Amino acid sequence: MKQLIIFLLAATVGYLHQQSVVSVTARETRNNEQVVRIAASTFEFVPSEIKVRKGVPVILELSSQDRHHGFKLSAFELRVDIKPGVVEKVRFVPDKIGKFTFICDVFCGEGHEEMSGTITVIE
Amino acid sequence: MNDLMNRRDLLKLAGMGAAVFVSGTTLRAVGSQQKLNSSFYFVQLSDTHWGFNGPNINPDSQGTLKKAVAAVNALDEQPDFIVFTGDLTQTTDDRKIRRDRLAEFRDIVSQLKVKSVRFMPGEHDASLDRGEAYQEFFGDLHYTFDHKGVHFIVLDNVSDPMAAVGEKQLQWLQADLEQLSNDARVVVLTHRPLFDLAPDWDWATRDGAAVIEALLQHQNVTVLYGHIHQEHHHTTGHITHHSAKSLMWALPEPGSVPKKAQIPWNAAEPYKGLGFRNVEAVVPQARYEIKEFPILKG
Repeated sequence: MKQLIIFLLAATVGYLHQQSVVSVTARETRNNEQVVRIAASTFEFVPSEIKVRKGVPVILELSSQDRHHGFKLSAFELRVDIKPGVVEKVRFVPDKIGKFTFICDVFCGEGHEEMSGTITVIE
Repeated sequence: MNDLMNRRDLLKLAGMGAAVFVSGTTLRAVGSQQKLNSSFYFVQLSDTHWGFNGPNINPDSQGTLKKAVAAVNALDEQPDFIVFTGDLTQTTDDRKIRRDRLAEFRDIVSQLKVKSVRFMPGEHDASLDRGEAYQEFFGDLHYTFDHKGVHFIVLDNVSDPMAAVGEKQLQWLQADLEQLSNDARVVVLTHRPLFDLAPDWDWATRDGAAVIEALLQHQNVTVLYGHIHQEHHHTTGHITHHSAKSLMWALPEPGSVPKKAQIPWNAAEPYKGLGFRNVEAVVPQARYEIKEFPILKG
């Protein structure tokens, strides 16, 4: 029983840590791709600050925790609908350095206008 | 400047201690085959966001719209009609509160002396229920009307939460335009900009390019809109686009700051950036003029 409680506490802490992540640097796979998982919910993206490397393909794995959201990264001409139960994968190659804003472009509720994040492309 | 302008120039507002800003913007919207023997003006109010509560942004959120109504009623010569270009209310996820706000807004603007008032929704009014509540109070989401030789088209680019006009409405627009001569005077009233003003700030219409392409077939088209809470002027081809100020909060110039955010209230300059405007159709000279009016303390 004691072990079970410890396991549940550890799992909870791990979950909360993952949920509170605001900033993340993309992890790179063996295929030389940068993979970033982004969870959308009312009214935030987690993570909302992402770092990627220039010239290395990026795979965004987008999911919704509650309702229909959108993901729009106009600097790279990307947009996709994000609906609950579906993980949308978007691939692009960041070809310029800078800090670029992404937004939810589906009006999703009272806090919709605050729902945004940034992708920073570094060398 | 014509007689109508002279009659209205500052007289009543000067008596109220008000200032008037003349933008100097000239709108061309007059065709050669229309009856050009009359001029008129109308008032545009926008983005009233009734129900908003944010003391740091607008501590007079309950009073600003009422001040605007009083200011319009105090105009020496009343406009032919008044338009509200969307975001009448602040959005809410609560269906009952949404209707309460729409009802309260309707009650307040019923105090306008001019009873010819045209409404259209903003995303705050209509995006969460595809315009269901809005239509209960104000009727159609898109429609046309004619006034003294000018054809007004009210376009809905908000009831689709993805900020699109949509294929069905686009076909309706094209059918309407086909009935007009190429030089007909057309004024489009809508909420969001039809062009990509600032896509990262959600200041665009997803299929706005298709709308503009349809409108470009006509020589004299002007678009008046809201949404961006400031005066802004832009041209796509021969079509001019003019946004109006808000009556609740101001927003920064597009792209001027990294993240779009409401401009905080400045006690030293209350109501700065808020206001409404007159659009004067000088029909015989094929000229329209915009005059901006601030909201004043007191």
